[in-house]
Amino acid sequence: MDLSTTYLGLKLKNPLVPSASPLSKSIGKIKEMEDAGASAIVMYSLFEEQLTHDALELHHYTSTTQDSHAEATSYFPEADDYHLGPEEYLEHIRKAKEAVDIPIIGSLNGSTPGGWTEYAKKIEQAGADALELNIYLLAADLNKTSADIEKIYIDILRSVKSTVSIPVAMKISPYFSSLAGFAKQLDDNGADGLVLFNRFYQPDIDLEALEVIPNVLFSNPQSMRLPLRWIAILYGKIKADMAATSGIHSAEDVLKMMMVGANVTQIFAALHMFGTGHIKSLLNDIEDWMEKHEYESIEQMRGSMSHKSVANPAAFERANYMKALTTFK
Amino acid sequence: MDRKKVTIDGNEAAAYVAYNLNEVCAIYPITPSSNMGEWCDAWSAAKRKNLWGVIPTVSELQSEGGASGAVHGALQSGALTTTFTASQGLLLMIPNMFKIAGELTSTVFHVSARSIAAQALSIFGDHSDVMAVRSTGFAMFASNSIQEVMDFACIAQAATLESRIPFLHFFDGFRTSHEVMKIEQLSNDDMLKMIDYDLVIAHRKRALTPDNPVMRGTAQNPDVYFQGRETVNKYYDACPDIVQKQMDKFAGITGRQYKLFDYVGDPEAERVIVMMGSGAETAHETIEYLTEKKEKVGLIKVRLYRPFSNKHLMEALPPTVKSIAVLDRTKEPGSAGEPLYLDVVNAVTETYNNGDLKLHSFPKITGGRYGLSSKEFSPAMVISLFDEMKNERPKNHFTIGIIDDVTNTSIPWDPRLSIEPEETFRGKFYGLGADGTVGANKNSIKIIGEETDFFAQGYFVYDSKKSGSTTTSHLRFGPRPIRSTYLINNPKFVACHQQVFLEKMDILEDAVNGATFLLNTQISKDKVWESLPEKIQKDIIKKNIKFYIIDAYKVANETGMGVRINSIMQTCFFAISNILPRDKAIESIKKAIKKTYGNKGEKIVQMNFDSVDKTLENLFEVEVPANVTSSLQFLPPVSGNAPEFVKQLTSRLIDGKGDFVPVSLMPADGTYPVGTAAWEKRNIGLEVPIWEQSICIQCNKCVIVCPHAAIRAKVYDEALLKDAPATFQSMKFKGKEIGEGHAYTIQVAVEDCTGCGICVEICPAKNKKETRLKALNLGEQLPIRVQERENLEFFLNLPEIDRNKLNHSNIKESQFLQPLFEYSGACSGCGETPYVKLASQLFGDRMLVANATGCSSIYGGNLPTTPWAKNKDGKGPAWSNSLFEDNAEFGFGFRLAIDSHNENAKQLLAKLAGEVGEDLANEIINAEQKDEPAIYEQRERVEILKKKLMDMKSDEAKQLLSIADYLVKKSVWIMGGDGWAYDIGYGGLDHVLASGKNVNVLVLDTEVYSNTGGQMSKSTPRGAVAKFAAAGKPMPKKDLAMLAVSYGNIYVARVAMGASDTQTVRAFMEAEAYDGPSLIIAYSHCIAHGIDMMKGMSNQKAAVESGHWPLFRFNPELAAQGQNPFKLDSKAPKIPLKDYAYMETRYKMLTKSHPEEAEKLMKLAQEDVNGRWKMYEGLVEEYEKISKNGNGDGALKQAAAVIKSKI
Repeated sequence: MDLSTTYLGLKLKNPLVPSASPLSKSIGKIKEMEDAGASAIVMYSLFEEQLTHDALELHHYTSTTQDSHAEATSYFPEADDYHLGPEEYLEHIRKAKEAVDIPIIGSLNGSTPGGWTEYAKKIEQAGADALELNIYLLAADLNKTSADIEKIYIDILRSVKSTVSIPVAMKISPYFSSLAGFAKQLDDNGADGLVLFNRFYQPDIDLEALEVIPNVLFSNPQSMRLPLRWIAILYGKIKADMAATSGIHSAEDVLKMMMVGANVTQIFAALHMFGTGHIKSLLNDIEDWMEKHEYESIEQMRGSMSHKSVANPAAFERANYMKALTTFK
Repeated sequence: MDRKKVTIDGNEAAAYVAYNLNEVCAIYPITPSSNMGEWCDAWSAAKRKNLWGVIPTVSELQSEGGASGAVHGALQSGALTTTFTASQGLLLMIPNMFKIAGELTSTVFHVSARSIAAQALSIFGDHSDVMAVRSTGFAMFASNSIQEVMDFACIAQAATLESRIPFLHFFDGFRTSHEVMKIEQLSNDDMLKMIDYDLVIAHRKRALTPDNPVMRGTAQNPDVYFQGRETVNKYYDACPDIVQKQMDKFAGITGRQYKLFDYVGDPEAERVIVMMGSGAETAHETIEYLTEKKEKVGLIKVRLYRPFSNKHLMEALPPTVKSIAVLDRTKEPGSAGEPLYLDVVNAVTETYNNGDLKLHSFPKITGGRYGLSSKEFSPAMVISLFDEMKNERPKNHFTIGIIDDVTNTSIPWDPRLSIEPEETFRGKFYGLGADGTVGANKNSIKIIGEETDFFAQGYFVYDSKKSGSTTTSHLRFGPRPIRSTYLINNPKFVACHQQVFLEKMDILEDAVNGATFLLNTQISKDKVWESLPEKIQKDIIKKNIKFYIIDAYKVANETGMGVRINSIMQTCFFAISNILPRDKAIESIKKAIKKTYGNKGEKIVQMNFDSVDKTLENLFEVEVPANVTSSLQFLPPVSGNAPEFVKQLTSRLIDGKGDFVPVSLMPADGTYPVGTAAWEKRNIGLEVPIWEQSICIQCNKCVIVCPHAAIRAKVYDEALLKDAPATFQSMKFKGKEIGEGHAYTIQVAVEDCTGCGICVEICPAKNKKETRLKALNLGEQLPIRVQERENLEFFLNLPEIDRNKLNHSNIKESQFLQPLFEYSGACSGCGETPYVKLASQLFGDRMLVANATGCSSIYGGNLPTTPWAKNKDGKGPAWSNSLFEDNAEFGFGFRLAIDSHNENAKQLLAKLAGEVGEDLANEIINAEQKDEPAIYEQRERVEILKKKLMDMKSDEAKQLLSIADYLVKKSVWIMGGDGWAYDIGYGGLDHVLASGKNVNVLVLDTEVYSNTGGQMSKSTPRGAVAKFAAAGKPMPKKDLAMLAVSYGNIYVARVAMGASDTQTVRAFMEAEAYDGPSLIIAYSHCIAHGIDMMKGMSNQKAAVESGHWPLFRFNPELAAQGQNPFKLDSKAPKIPLKDYAYMETRYKMLTKSHPEEAEKLMKLAQEDVNGRWKMYEGLVEEYEKISKNGNGDGALKQAAAVIKSKI
């Protein structure tokens, strides 16, 4: 049975790729995931803004109290050097590459035009096999049109593509007025892959304290419906590979994503809940299912349930809603 | 050989040599020497090697006593060992110094000489400390300048190895230790040439080793001790020549020739001054000036003070000398004269007696004191002294630099006289501690030192407040060597980095004609003139001053610099002063920025670069009008309503005119009135809380957390509002506790508020329409300053509510109690002072405070104004600071005296019962005084008793009257920080706690030595970065609370106001009520944690929620009642330790400097937390069992039995 797939030009032994998450912060965990059968690892994201913030914060708290009192000319011992740049991240990629045989995909969240290209280059030099641009942008500015927002993505993609030679995937959110059209733009501008979709933090409100509280919501199995639809729609219409992410917890979820046309599935919440060993059970379950249903390879099923391959493609579009409505009646 | 020029301060110069020439440094932080140890620690942490390829070990001990013990041990074990100290620290080393010298052990102690605490503590420089160790047998070697510090540190090391006599190398605290100067750095080669390695080996060979065992440190009897003591004579006799030999060798290497007694001046001088220390530089400069005018004057600089060589001194004196004045920078009350004076008198006399006097005549010799506690010593004083020496009978035992109108010792001088050469640039820069002015000036001096051939000097003066402190930087540079070891009093350049200073400081008063004035202001070029006070305008016009402005905060804001205007003001300075070509200056500033901030990443460097680039376009010259247009006057230092003492003395100190306060105005024994801080309106809060009463829920939480008692709540009769100022705010009091008809007001003392915002942060009441608004919001101070001044006065005059009507254990009600600790100079947002203030509210009117040296003694007791206050009845905390190390014992002494007076009074009362009335006597004697109302009743009874006693004539009545007040319960509070409680004072604290006496100990635990700049204590938690723990503290924090709990009969509480104010107040009440020793350990957030101080209370909460700081109370009284005495007041940890720790720079920076170590230590620290929590839970269970079955063994049961027997 052949579970292999290709993603971003990389030949992968199966479609299970742990997504960018804190799990990849430990080389031990990366090895565990490889041992459990992961076919590639997307590293946790390098956040340029975080690096800048950390540097500013350190500077602020160590310098504002300096030379302000006769008895205390400073309050902290100064180190000759601080690990404030991406070195730690790059070193981690190097170590990960040494530790495992599967491809390592870097993940980057820049905050300045220079940051995107500079860090992308460094991640490539550190040995990453591919790069995922984790564009985390909430379009909350009332003075920006959708075209303005899309341009930001395109500009970033183009500048990074012109800087590195490794494949580049774009991880985007579903919040575009014309997602299909935008996917095509990314495709036209050289994206080697699309990762669908980024999940934004969803703030909550504390009624007692009257405060906004940041809230990390893990994906649930229903979350997969959104990427499932869009991958189905886009499959075969763009050149870029597609990675499905959000709510992929079971073997069935993986199979469904393959059938709508994804090249790989990115998983995190399930690993967080069940441990890295979950990859192994997923693989076993996938094999069992394929055996039972007499599939020979993943390639065989890929796209078989996509928009262009199903009997009623409209089911992926508005008709779906109509049907639901009818059923309800 | 062309040596490297460096621009450094005296401490760094000493540390540089000491580090290179030693293998072990055992130290303890004390101002102004702390930086020497810190430099060595930083170099050791960076794995820098010494001259012989060894990375010296730097170890922080628990006290200077401990440090000197460790030095002694390391020396006896053959390591080249040093230490750095000053003042009381040096005194604590005396016992070991006798031993080290007695055993002829080679070492150099580097001392930044500082005043000894006498009538008051002082952190500043004089020779009182080093003069106090004259008899130890250490050689004493004085450096007068930064260059000499480096040179003499090396010569001393060479001399100690050869002579075997230990050396105390000293230089003036602050004036030399902190002055920045361009000097020539000794190279490794120089030092290697100076140190004879065979002597190092000889030192090692004298080590104690089991491979060649000997014993040292025997006990000797009357038969031989004396002879044994005399064995060292020949070593001391040889020492001066050895030092001179090493000086000559040094001259051969570096070209700088020193003598044991260096003479400068006319070879035929008739009047000669003898002195040592930095003042000799000023004298040297003055003598050069006077000899140019053909005055026959000279100076002897004493280098080697011990062993004192009469021969070398006499050789140095010009034979023509007729009058010698010896200047001592110390005071020995009751002596025949100060030490150096007596030594000189003796040298001349002894030489004469021996028939060896080569002088033309026997000179007049006078002695006097100067420069105590860094008192200015200027050329004008030197000139006046030389004038005095012309007299037939010059004044002896004189003072110079002060006005002594009591014993008339002082010699007058002209404070305006200046002899500074025209070509020397002199700049004065006024800044705030937090705005980076000093740092920028240090950088400027370095740039000028490194980029030009100029000599350069920088000296920095800080005021004694920890919040809103003003700094004044004094910068000199020029083509001639700079020997001006005094402040600039005729600047050519004046920079005012904060316009608010112009409200009260006459900063152009001493500017020279044609000077340049740079002002940082947010007012535009066209309008700024109008904003200046009349006097400033006058000076600008009269002195033809060039006036420039910059809106540095605008530039800082635009470039992300926040409140740091350092690079901006520095750029302005270079741009205006033309010291360097502008492009060259900017290039150098950028180079310095890169060097200073390079380790913090490109972003920080770029941000500073941007601010430099943006500065010039915002720098303007202001066209000075021909006429004065302003009528603005400087604010008076204190209001006209101030008490006489404050008007006469305190106001002059506030006004910066303390140098001219005569002796007669000073209290003779260090006793001062309380409550003076209320008269110093500092107006440092640009934004202050503004009360929105429509939203207020009257919880009083803002009041309890305020570090400065600048926000207060009051409940009062509504009828009193009829006289209220128009803008006075009030609302109906919502509580039912004190009946109807009451109004409630939250009043902010806006002129005393530092604007920390803790009250706003803690305020739980939010506007229902717009939740960002609360019942307290920060708003601009200036527009409401005058109205709120009036409102505060009205508020303070409203009657205080009857204390007996309030439940003091209740947060809200406790905060109606008047604070008797107000407006301290603590840091804005201080985490310690809310606890101190709380104690003053609850017990202030019957409280004695013993305060360990540290932050709390500085914000609590540093002149000019102090926060401890009294109530309208004239009652309030009586406060004193003894030392750092003895505070528990000091407070224990209070208790002994009070108990003795109380017992004595009871006995006398019993005797006099018939006369004063049996009932009254019995009631007083038997009063339990368990709570506030009962104490109040006792106070009333004692007042009646005192009235009766006044009419009685017997001796016993008189005696009783003198101690009758001790029949009212007194509350002894022993306060201090963790440096005291966990380290230097722990032995004493432990003893006092074990005594069973009724004292209350409050440990203000910041987990680090805050006052001296963040050195590690045994309270520092594992994984936190502190000085001497640059790679994170590897060991866990000491559980001081559990050590005390282990006694069983000590009330112990661990509190954190930000986590539970209720538990905090309860703990204070219970501790005070407990008739035995009590210990409260209070989590105190601190600027040394690297946090947003406005959110300090949130950090406290997180500390508790993470389990780092579990709250508990251990009350032995409960055990006596058969209840569980151990009560855990916080819940099991609910957030990981790192979620709390990484809110704070002290932990987080380790993840940036030593990421792997950070991860490892955080894991261990989490295990510490888990383990401790389990242990506490286990203790709760165990105590439960013991208290239930009553069959438990051990301390608790015994303690319970003792307590039962007491009740």
